[in-house]
Amino acid sequence: MINRFENIIIQTISRLLIPPIQLYALYVIAHGHYSPGGGFQGGCILGASFILMVIAYDIKETKRMISEKINTIFIVLGVIIYSGIGAVCLILGADYLDYGILNKIFSVSPAKARALGTFGVEIGVGITVMAVMVSIFLNLVSGGEHEEAQE
Amino acid sequence: MILTILSVLLIISGIFFFFTATVGLLRFPDFYCRMQATGKGDTLGALLCLSGIAVYNLSDGFTLSSVLVSIKIMLIAFFIFIANPTATHAITRAGLNAGVKPLMKEDLQK
Repeated sequence: MINRFENIIIQTISRLLIPPIQLYALYVIAHGHYSPGGGFQGGCILGASFILMVIAYDIKETKRMISEKINTIFIVLGVIIYSGIGAVCLILGADYLDYGILNKIFSVSPAKARALGTFGVEIGVGITVMAVMVSIFLNLVSGGEHEEAQE
Repeated sequence: MILTILSVLLIISGIFFFFTATVGLLRFPDFYCRMQATGKGDTLGALLCLSGIAVYNLSDGFTLSSVLVSIKIMLIAFFIFIANPTATHAITRAGLNAGVKPLMKEDLQK
């Protein structure tokens, strides 16, 4: 049965545009401490690419790419990365999220260790924001059913 | 100097297309006419304005950083060039699915 809300133009353009959008999101996350951007913004762009996939295709097709289980694991994983880096700093004897002490592990200068620690925290924030955005959108658009979009 | 004049010409022509698109959005009688005006006018206006900004960015000299910034601006223009007509198409198709009647010749004669 042909769904009248499906459309070959929108699906083709989405298939062309989603990989550059995700690449740009990774650029925003990774370049966040030199230019405007960061974990929240990059995570939002990364979540928006999945939301575009839900709009152009279907919830089933999107859940084949990123299932509910993996999505929930991503939510927890980002928080664990964030708090884990802070806890490592705490264990090494500095304050919580005081990245300068990380040079005991990485054998670089404290300033470089600070930049690396910020980057790790940004990665955790980006993963959590992406997964939470996708989860909120899926729950809103399907009324909590996760089967198909309600009209 | 030539690049600055070229960028001013590009930005002015882009603003002209934005203006015609806005006039079309406000003055056309029908949903589909309005979508046509904004879809085409906005795409060309944004393309011309961003090209003008990219050319103006090069007017201080062709260094590596300014060329990279211009390439990024042109990537934004390319993204708009693909995404804006598709979004217009999606909105128009959604309107057709929702049952918006197009303006016919008989409606004009009333």
